Amino acid sequence: MRFVDEYRDGEKARVLAAKITELCEPGRQYKLMEVCGGHTHTIYKHGLEDYLPEQITLVHGPGCPVCVIPMGRVDDAMALAADPDVIMTSFGDMMRVPGSNGSFLDAKARGTDIRMVYSPLDSLKIARQNPDRRVVFMAIGFETTAPSTAMTMLRAAAAGLTNFSVFCNHVTIIPAIKAILDSPDLRLDGFIGPGHVSTVIGCRPYEFIARDYGKPVVVAGFEPLDILQSIYLLMLQLSRGESRVENQYSRVVPWDGNPVALKAIGQIMEPRPYFEWRGLGFISHSALKVRKSYAAFDAEVLFDVPGVRVADPKACQCGEVLKGVLKPWECKVFGTACTPETPIGTCMVSPEGACAAYYNYGRLTRTRVKEASRS
Amino acid sequence: MTVQPRQDAAQPSRQGSPQPLPGTVREELVLERIDRTRRARPRVREERITMAHGAGGKATQALVETIFLDAFRNELLEPLEDAARLHVGGSRLALTTDSYVVSPLFFPGGDIGDLAVNGTVNDLSMAGAQPRYLSAGFILEEGFGVGDLTRIAGSMRAAAQAAGVQIVTGDTKVVERGKADGCYINTAGVGLISAGVELGVARARPGDAIIVSGPIGDHGVTIMLARGGLELEADLESDTAPLNGLVAALLAGTSGLSPHGGSAVRAMRDATRGGVATILNEIALAADVGVLVREDAIPVRDQVRGAAELLGIDPMYVACEGRMVVVVDGDQAGAALRALRAHPAGAQASVIGEVIAEPAGIVQLRTAFGGTRIVDLLVGDPLPRIC
Repeated sequence: MRFVDEYRDGEKARVLAAKITELCEPGRQYKLMEVCGGHTHTIYKHGLEDYLPEQITLVHGPGCPVCVIPMGRVDDAMALAADPDVIMTSFGDMMRVPGSNGSFLDAKARGTDIRMVYSPLDSLKIARQNPDRRVVFMAIGFETTAPSTAMTMLRAAAAGLTNFSVFCNHVTIIPAIKAILDSPDLRLDGFIGPGHVSTVIGCRPYEFIARDYGKPVVVAGFEPLDILQSIYLLMLQLSRGESRVENQYSRVVPWDGNPVALKAIGQIMEPRPYFEWRGLGFISHSALKVRKSYAAFDAEVLFDVPGVRVADPKACQCGEVLKGVLKPWECKVFGTACTPETPIGTCMVSPEGACAAYYNYGRLTRTRVKEASRS
Repeated sequence: MTVQPRQDAAQPSRQGSPQPLPGTVREELVLERIDRTRRARPRVREERITMAHGAGGKATQALVETIFLDAFRNELLEPLEDAARLHVGGSRLALTTDSYVVSPLFFPGGDIGDLAVNGTVNDLSMAGAQPRYLSAGFILEEGFGVGDLTRIAGSMRAAAQAAGVQIVTGDTKVVERGKADGCYINTAGVGLISAGVELGVARARPGDAIIVSGPIGDHGVTIMLARGGLELEADLESDTAPLNGLVAALLAGTSGLSPHGGSAVRAMRDATRGGVATILNEIALAADVGVLVREDAIPVRDQVRGAAELLGIDPMYVACEGRMVVVVDGDQAGAALRALRAHPAGAQASVIGEVIAEPAGIVQLRTAFGGTRIVDLLVGDPLPRIC
């Protein structure tokens, strides 16, 4: 299939892997973080680590929108949805995220009207079809999805809809990366930069990472060869002692981002003073809220949102996994108490979560792979 | 210099790299613990039925085993195969039943009527039986169009004729508007099993080949597109079809007995709900063997791959309604493939992988990219009510 197969070519991968191996300094260990959950998913789905030399470790970062939603926000959404006038809508990924009283899926089985949508525009359609109900869209995601939420709100405003609102949980990637860079328990050599987020924000916002922290960043696409090439570019910089921002995903990511999308976000949303990230705690200016001028579409203004902070379950080590301090299997409850069918933590829910990706695709040690190829 | 993926023990990159870290050992222990947890008896933790209980994955398995199997337990039910095998007088019969709740009722390539006949014909065929007689039960919603019902009955007649079965008994119920979604159908069927045919996924053994009878995922993706919510279009039809002719050709084309004991064809499963991935996991768990499949050997139409890429789903989990997975003695794989390909319903049959000894209970996929990953049972369902 065109535009897919050429990015999954095993022959090219072998050539790149050889070059990457040549760039490894003997005795040196490299830790590269892929910030974005989409990259984590690709890495496990295609078995990309099989190509990397032992010296390179990929560390999975916090860029999984579902994974970073704290339990309290899920409970808030449930409280909104419990109102019989309300139809709650959200992306499929959100449906299995555990709150303190089960997930959306459980609430749906109890009779709460919660519907899965593919786009915020679908929520708008539901609002038009149900003029006597109040339709709330639970918006999640980084700068990738924020523009579509903003555009939907602009359309709702233009159409004069009065029964549509957004429960805004959009977060921004740069403060999270900064929090990780400032975290004392993690030493990274470089970053595989997020691809989809960068289609909106461009590459400039990462420049401080190269300049102030001396770490190279390569913005990467989502096919396995994209990621492998980005690792090669990072290793090339490291071997030369450089730290720059490079754009491997230039076929999609403009250096300056997408000004139309940025304008739409700016028109509707503004930074929150602080926001709680699951496992990472409160990070200042790390999320977006609806501007006062669009309060008529802001569920947090229209409804009585409890806003109670709920502590993460004690056993859950999602925070350490999100920061890349722990590998998924190093978490105490991984694969036993916490599985994709009974997740305790969010990292086990989303297909972009490091734990779910490792559980579903990667649960093979090197010894097992070798045994299989011998038999 | 080129580097092979890590599974090649002779790769140059390993030279000079440190010996396995203690981490590898720890990881192995964790994985063993997970394997034990996976094999533990499933439990239904929910207080109410969720859509996941109908998805054919782990939740369905838990529901069937803890509620139905516990309540009805007997030797005939216990294997939980597509059809029960019964001894009546001197003959061996296969008996099966299935309900159909697909939405929409009409879709490119078929409708709920075709599915209701073909699905039951196929469940009998997978038990190695020749399907003979079917029952049909209808649950109709007040207000449902008589014209639509006539059309569905016509499809059922045509499908029954094509499969060489008769619909010989039935039932009709009508419920108030809003209590059902137009039309639900249940069919049951009986078939005759020939002497010497002994099938079951637990019979798979290392060295066996795994074959699929044609491109996978057509039905599921067709239904997804027919719902219209995605605003995608593709030139694609459901693969709904009876498989009894293909099964007869396969059994005739492979010598009945395997040189390693048992019949050459070990098992057949139609890859409906949960797709090919679910069947492969059933094989691995029931026979306590490993399964290794190659991504680039699995036939998938470009339209299905394209839609699956866009929607973030894996064709391996997408339902088919006219495709089967066959486990056959490795020495008979060539004969089986020739027999399948000689039949119009199996023209694109392919060997997709093999049964291996270790790691038992796990399905591995060698990706087209050259890596290796696991293919596990599906959790939840990206697309309910496909059949």
